[in-house]
Amino acid sequence: MIRLEDVIKTYKGAGLPALGGVSIDIQRGEFVFLVGSSGSGKSSMLRMMLREEKADQGEVLVLGENLNRISARRVAQLRRKLGVVFQDFRLLPNKTVYQNVAFALQVIGRSKGFIETAVPDVLKLVGLDEKASRLPSGLSGGEQQRVAIARALVNRPEILIADEPTGNLDPTTSLEIMNLLERINLSGTTVVMATHDRSIVDRMRKRVVEIRDGKIVRDELSASYKELPSDQMPIIEEFKKSIDEFGSGENPDKA
Amino acid sequence: MRLGFVLSEMWAGIRSNLSMVVSIILVSFISLTFVSVAALLQLQIGQMKTYWYERAQVAVYLCTDFSPDEACPSGGVTQAQRIAVATQLKSATLEPYIDSYFFENQQEAYEKFLTEFADVEAAAYLTADQLNEAYWVNLIDPERSDLIVESFSGLDGVEEVRDQRGYLDQIFAFLNLTSLAAGGVAVVMLLSATLLISTTIRLSAFSRRREIRIMKLVGASNFSIQAPFLLEGIISTGIGALLSVGATFGIVRFVVQDILAVEVPFTSFIGINEAWQVAPYLLLIGFVLAVLASGVSIRRHLKI
Repeated sequence: MIRLEDVIKTYKGAGLPALGGVSIDIQRGEFVFLVGSSGSGKSSMLRMMLREEKADQGEVLVLGENLNRISARRVAQLRRKLGVVFQDFRLLPNKTVYQNVAFALQVIGRSKGFIETAVPDVLKLVGLDEKASRLPSGLSGGEQQRVAIARALVNRPEILIADEPTGNLDPTTSLEIMNLLERINLSGTTVVMATHDRSIVDRMRKRVVEIRDGKIVRDELSASYKELPSDQMPIIEEFKKSIDEFGSGENPDKA
Repeated sequence: MRLGFVLSEMWAGIRSNLSMVVSIILVSFISLTFVSVAALLQLQIGQMKTYWYERAQVAVYLCTDFSPDEACPSGGVTQAQRIAVATQLKSATLEPYIDSYFFENQQEAYEKFLTEFADVEAAAYLTADQLNEAYWVNLIDPERSDLIVESFSGLDGVEEVRDQRGYLDQIFAFLNLTSLAAGGVAVVMLLSATLLISTTIRLSAFSRRREIRIMKLVGASNFSIQAPFLLEGIISTGIGALLSVGATFGIVRFVVQDILAVEVPFTSFIGINEAWQVAPYLLLIGFVLAVLASGVSIRRHLKI
């Protein structure tokens, strides 16, 4: 679905590379957290996947397209299969909720009929069908992010890319948004989400890819935000093992 | 991309940027009007050239008793010298170039002078014998007047050979200079129009950067992102071009035909036909200008 191979990216004027040889493989239907502090390279990775940036070296493959060798026309086609959500929502302030979502379909030339059924459907999915005619300024932060998610989903993308979608939201609202993203993921959409919200990552127990200084330092399934310091790892492993053995009802000491 | 949507986006761009759009309209209107004035002047020069060159004659002035000694050392022209000039006009070398010629004696020259300068006081002191007899020569090709000048200059009994085109060329040089000046202003104005269009598109793109960002993210094609801006540039320049076409017809109708043609009746002037000739070029220049300026600006500021 998404594959990065030894991707190196250095921005103009920056000394150190933003990405220093990143490789990752994301399968269909996965839910992946990209974690790491600000400036670690999370957003750069997402920008690579969206072809907002081009890799200096290495391969970027998204939905079967090699993004190093892709025409502008194909970029547009590719982005129609990707949904994107940002920390700052990026809604158009002069358009209503309905118009904001419909805009994403109008600009790619969808028919009126399609828009008139797809938009109410997706607004219902995010729970905003009652507020379709409100302007973004009349909505709470969580509601605004739902509009953004609805806009990202309305064209039924295969992948949803979220760059710190809960960054501007309080913990309760963040949870609601995460529940929504999980539901979307369960319906088959691949979700890639950059975050540094520890509690969310720890609660969800999904695949976690940790990035530090432009390098992947950890890639684990059903993981938490931070791995424990390495000198404690053996203890944990031993603890886990003993629990497993306890659970199986066998006692190696007695055997 | 639906046409209606592109148009509504373009309309939104024009509304949010109205003063800049008005300035594009005005600058392109004025610059294209200068182009049109330059072109009309050239057409007028062309028209006058064909009109006057047809009528321009070469005069071979013969000596009088009052002629200066340098030109006429032997005094007034003799009958033999008159015949010599006439013979040469009929000779095999000159004959093919000459359409017609006629002889004007002193009395005829005097009468012509009196009618032309009736209101000049000095005319009263002039007598017929002070004026030159002359052979007036019409050439088939007025460009070949040098042949006549060469053949008769310095001939005994000939005071001076004068090509009337010499007077006309001065007028044409002046008109040409005016036309060049208008053209020069037009070039500078067109340049500023180009810069103004690209600045306006840049501003327009900036004021709608949120929309553009979203359009890019959801996979709108380059064309559908750029088309409203391109149309904005083309339509505002187009309005300016149409205004300049209007101005062209206005100039020809009210300035040239109503004023100049009445005040200066002895020459021919350009008419509505010439305005029709200029109009399509104004529209074309306006269109090319808009496409180039907005194209460059869009390419620089609106890439996927």
